[in-house]
Amino acid sequence: MSTHKAALCKVQILKLFLTSARCGRITRFHGVCGLSTSTPASSAKVCIVGGGPAGFYTAQHLVKTRTDVQVDIYERLPVPFGLVRFGVAPDHPEVKNVINTFTQTAQHARCSFHGNVRVGKDVTVEELQEAYHAVVLSYGAEGNRTMGVPGEDLAGVYSAKDFVGWYNGLPRNSELRPDLSCETAVILGQGNVALDVARILLSPVDILKKTDITQHALDALAESSVRRVLIVGRRGPLQVACTIKELREMVNLPGTRPEMEASEFEGIAETLKCETRLFTGPGLSVSPQGDGEGVRAVATGEVEDVECGLVISSIGYKSLLIDPAVPFDTRKAIIPNTMGRVQQTAGLYCSGWVKRGPTGVIATTMNDSFDTARTLLQDIGKGTLDVSTVKPGSQGVSALLEKRGVKPVSFSDWEKIDSEETRRGEIKGKPREKMLDVGEMLQVARA
Amino acid sequence: MALMTSARRLFHVSFREKSLRRAETLISATNTTLWNLSLAGQRMACIRVRDFSTNTQPLRADNKVTVHFINRDGEKISVKGSPGDSLLDVIIDQDLDFDGFGACEGTLACSTCHLIFEEDVYNKLGPITDEEMDMLDLAYGLTDTSRLGCQICLTRSLEGMTARVPESVADIRQSGDGSS
Repeated sequence: MSTHKAALCKVQILKLFLTSARCGRITRFHGVCGLSTSTPASSAKVCIVGGGPAGFYTAQHLVKTRTDVQVDIYERLPVPFGLVRFGVAPDHPEVKNVINTFTQTAQHARCSFHGNVRVGKDVTVEELQEAYHAVVLSYGAEGNRTMGVPGEDLAGVYSAKDFVGWYNGLPRNSELRPDLSCETAVILGQGNVALDVARILLSPVDILKKTDITQHALDALAESSVRRVLIVGRRGPLQVACTIKELREMVNLPGTRPEMEASEFEGIAETLKCETRLFTGPGLSVSPQGDGEGVRAVATGEVEDVECGLVISSIGYKSLLIDPAVPFDTRKAIIPNTMGRVQQTAGLYCSGWVKRGPTGVIATTMNDSFDTARTLLQDIGKGTLDVSTVKPGSQGVSALLEKRGVKPVSFSDWEKIDSEETRRGEIKGKPREKMLDVGEMLQVARA
Repeated sequence: MALMTSARRLFHVSFREKSLRRAETLISATNTTLWNLSLAGQRMACIRVRDFSTNTQPLRADNKVTVHFINRDGEKISVKGSPGDSLLDVIIDQDLDFDGFGACEGTLACSTCHLIFEEDVYNKLGPITDEEMDMLDLAYGLTDTSRLGCQICLTRSLEGMTARVPESVADIRQSGDGSS
């Protein structure tokens, strides 16, 4: 938007404030008035399921583009920001700067955050559709792709999703307790997540202790015996899914030495020594050794045995179905949609990984979310999405939640959790010390 | 994917030479001992104290450089900035509000401040670091005269320059092959 347009927008918002402040004396909007004083009762009410980057960017675009849209974001956990909080590596704090933009969105007059609400359990998608003109599903990918090879469920084999959740303080992974007493770890997959895991396993503790990595992970890594990490992929160097920045960090990591298989690099004259073994053989099977504590990775076709004590499978996240009322493509593990409009369901949209699949960086999700928001706004503009009826919005949902004994966490409640985490981190010279227990988060939120 | 993208990129270097350059980088990098977390702060290429909550800047008209931006609607916007400011600083200070621009706030952790320059202006810009190139490689609609706005510092010699804000995603409603 040009500067001129921005000024115009601000004036319009001011006018709306003035109008709705007088709303209490106007009785034509029965039942709805006098609640969120900044929103006229005739506004379009949109509900977003998921408080991660997709949810926030979708909300941002909606409230910035139209002044008559009210957006409510529902999030399962008491804390917002999804993978920006739980996925981005602790030593990448600059990537988390987007939280500032999300905070601005959450604090916008026409946006509100409702944490500690599990859609599909505490409230159904159908109930949301009754309360709102439109529902946008942005709940990401909570599951992980499995390899489907023997031995995948052995002790010492973890999904990268759980391992990352463990060092990033995701409550459900707080008890993971991975065994780091072995010398060699194998990571399967060569995307950015795989490199993150490798980097965290090998980073000097002196560097990690200044980040927001969880204390229990820091303690475990300080005791870790892992000295060698093999990052294994099925194809060659030109097909690696990681990006150069992460590769460069790996190579520059203090106290470590990268090694690569020279034969994998056509056109490179010198032999490089790098601990990134790139196999071009097909699949792998993992078989137990001795008492089942140790794990041995075996390549089929060209077979190579690698002794290791830790296997982390980093071949991708996977979206799950959270409500039977939502169409779901189990093969692709996404919600079937056309440009963000969920197929065969009016008023239902999706954005982010649950729409597109679990790939891409935050900026990819940002553009995708803007795209879905544009589609939704287009539908309002064309009349395909009927916003003329009066909908109860968050008032309706709050009533249901209260009946069910569910107490949502507001954004200012989150700010209390935020302050407390920051305070605890300051004592240790860290940006924050994350709370690992939902119960504790709720306690601090209500204080 | 990333290696192929960078291979197709600028500088008319053949893939083989590019691989050699990368190999050399990797070899020299393994000898590197300097690396720390505050590198993020050191990536800010322009000398200026950045405070995103402040929008009061001393206005000394004689010291200003005029720059033009062409936004995604094709509109030309003319603003003034101070030498030493990055183009991202100018865009934020002047409240230009391009959708999603500068997501990582100038720390070389994204490519959303991607700008396209005219060739003669492009040639006057400062050198590009490996770190900027790594992120620029991921930008949508990359051209031979693309740079990241957070790394371009205003100087008097850039007076009157124009930069275009490219689309950040294929606007055409694509079939959606799922590639990122």
